[in-house]
Amino acid sequence: MSNASWLDKILPAIRKGDEGHRKANVPEGLWRKCPRCDGVVYRPELERNMDVCPKCDHHMRISARRRLSLFLDETPQTEMFADLEPVDRLKFRDSKKYKDRLVAAQKATGEKDALVAVKGAVKELPLVAVAFEFNFMGGSMGSVVGERFVRAVDVCLEKRLPLVCFAASGGARMQEALFSLMQMARTSAALQRMRDAGLPFISVLTDPVYGGVSASLAMLGDVNVAEPGALIGFAGPRVIEQTVRQKLPDGFQRSEFLLEHGAVDMIVSRHDMRDTLHRLLANLTHAPVSESA
Amino acid sequence: MNPNFLEFEQPIADLEAKIEELRLVGTGSDVNISDEIGKLQQKSISLTESIFKDLTPWQISQVSRHPQRPYMLDYIERVFTDFDELHGDRAFADDPAIVGGTARLGDRPVMIIGHQKGRSVKDKVRRNFGMPKPEGYRKALRLMEMAERFRLPILTFIDTPGAFPGIDAEERGQSEAIARNLMVMSKLDTPIVATVIGEGGSGGALAIGVCDHLQMLQYSTYSVISPEGCASILWRSADKAPEAAQAMGLTAARLHELGIVDQVIDEPLGGAHRDYDQAAERVRASLVASLEALDAHQGEALVQRRYDRLLSYSNVTSATAES
Repeated sequence: MSNASWLDKILPAIRKGDEGHRKANVPEGLWRKCPRCDGVVYRPELERNMDVCPKCDHHMRISARRRLSLFLDETPQTEMFADLEPVDRLKFRDSKKYKDRLVAAQKATGEKDALVAVKGAVKELPLVAVAFEFNFMGGSMGSVVGERFVRAVDVCLEKRLPLVCFAASGGARMQEALFSLMQMARTSAALQRMRDAGLPFISVLTDPVYGGVSASLAMLGDVNVAEPGALIGFAGPRVIEQTVRQKLPDGFQRSEFLLEHGAVDMIVSRHDMRDTLHRLLANLTHAPVSESA
Repeated sequence: MNPNFLEFEQPIADLEAKIEELRLVGTGSDVNISDEIGKLQQKSISLTESIFKDLTPWQISQVSRHPQRPYMLDYIERVFTDFDELHGDRAFADDPAIVGGTARLGDRPVMIIGHQKGRSVKDKVRRNFGMPKPEGYRKALRLMEMAERFRLPILTFIDTPGAFPGIDAEERGQSEAIARNLMVMSKLDTPIVATVIGEGGSGGALAIGVCDHLQMLQYSTYSVISPEGCASILWRSADKAPEAAQAMGLTAARLHELGIVDQVIDEPLGGAHRDYDQAAERVRASLVASLEALDAHQGEALVQRRYDRLLSYSNVTSATAES
């Protein structure tokens, strides 16, 4: 007991000193701290490992473009509908103008809006893939996200291609008010057309997926796939806690919780994503099984 | 303060109380009192007119949740005949936050589905304040698919703060239940008319709101998030709800202007809660008219029209000329 107390006293000091030491001597950006295990990882090693912590297997958030480049074959890839930009029809203004928020997000991410759509292939199986950019206003869905998604579906219908979506979103974009709500109905209606045409849609849920995106396109996969440990739900944990005034169970709204409750078909590691999705899509489209890696 | 009146309605409440008082005093005695009552009533009408002439979006939000506002069941008994309530999702439970069943609108059989908030405290709790769980949306879907099989038009009534944010709702797939409704409603081969009668709370409202004709009562609201929720996220303070209500443009008039809402149904003077029968009669008339208009579209043309309407809800621009 007494031993523990003197140890406790000096340990934080040692830790603090340790951290300061690192900060002083390590070149900026060469190391990254894992948000889950706090382990410090050499950045090139992390990148080789697809931004998955080599120590604890935490799947870190990655950009839409990195996501698509990890998933798709190198050639050929065609980005689609990149020219579409949001319009602030409501002249929405909170503590900042929506227009200014858009400009800031566009600068920070290099994207016009929060969804990137690409025509490409996975192990030579042609498909359309879309990915949410979480760093663009929390991957929120407004008109441009909805429009790109619906047009991506149109390309699938026209060329008879499967669709894969990587979702990462806080939900509907409040600054576009009811227009963003309507994107839920638009994207869901478009996916009904995929079903009618017998074309597969695989929805990959990555950390995090909530609200209007979860309650529309992201839950409508013929196959729903989740990355390990992703937070996925309709309402955010804080809202639920305030409503029901109960402590939330451990692992609530994590991928594993969703698998257990039947909301997703499988949990797939980032390393296995290409192989697994290719295998699934090949089976669903009667395509030959690929030999290449 | 009368709890059945909103803050900005208090002057009306005071006047009404005075009229009531005079009535009690005046029974059987002085003739002049009835003159006085008449005058006060006239005053009450002009006072109500002036208060309701330009309500702010935040005040309209409050009227949309008025404790005395007519709910789904109040409309059912006034608008329809031959109603039979149908219960349950056939998988887990019956959700009293959503009421549905077959009925007649005039001589036309229809399927009606709507949120129900509950009036007494006990009833409010039983109906979870009109916040459905997945089983509610799945019951609605079951009834909608049944309506398609039997060629019944679907009439939905929207009045919810939102889908229930609870542990059990998440466990049973709240997101999936809403998403599936959006998807399936887009292809149902039967006319769908949605009427917002109170609060149109986000995905929880839209989950029974994909339609061929969207109408809103004058003092109802429809929004992606509640003004309080929006304010606490974007302004970091729920006290900014009035600003959020203004910014989101959640009123019937504004949404009609933006082209999302097809029709605004005028409410009786002072709001639907001041005259249930008149409010219901106006809803009935608009339902009859919109169903008649929709008869012009059948089968694939009807479904394609619904899809095209959905596609029109978009604000994008293209930097370069081609896409």
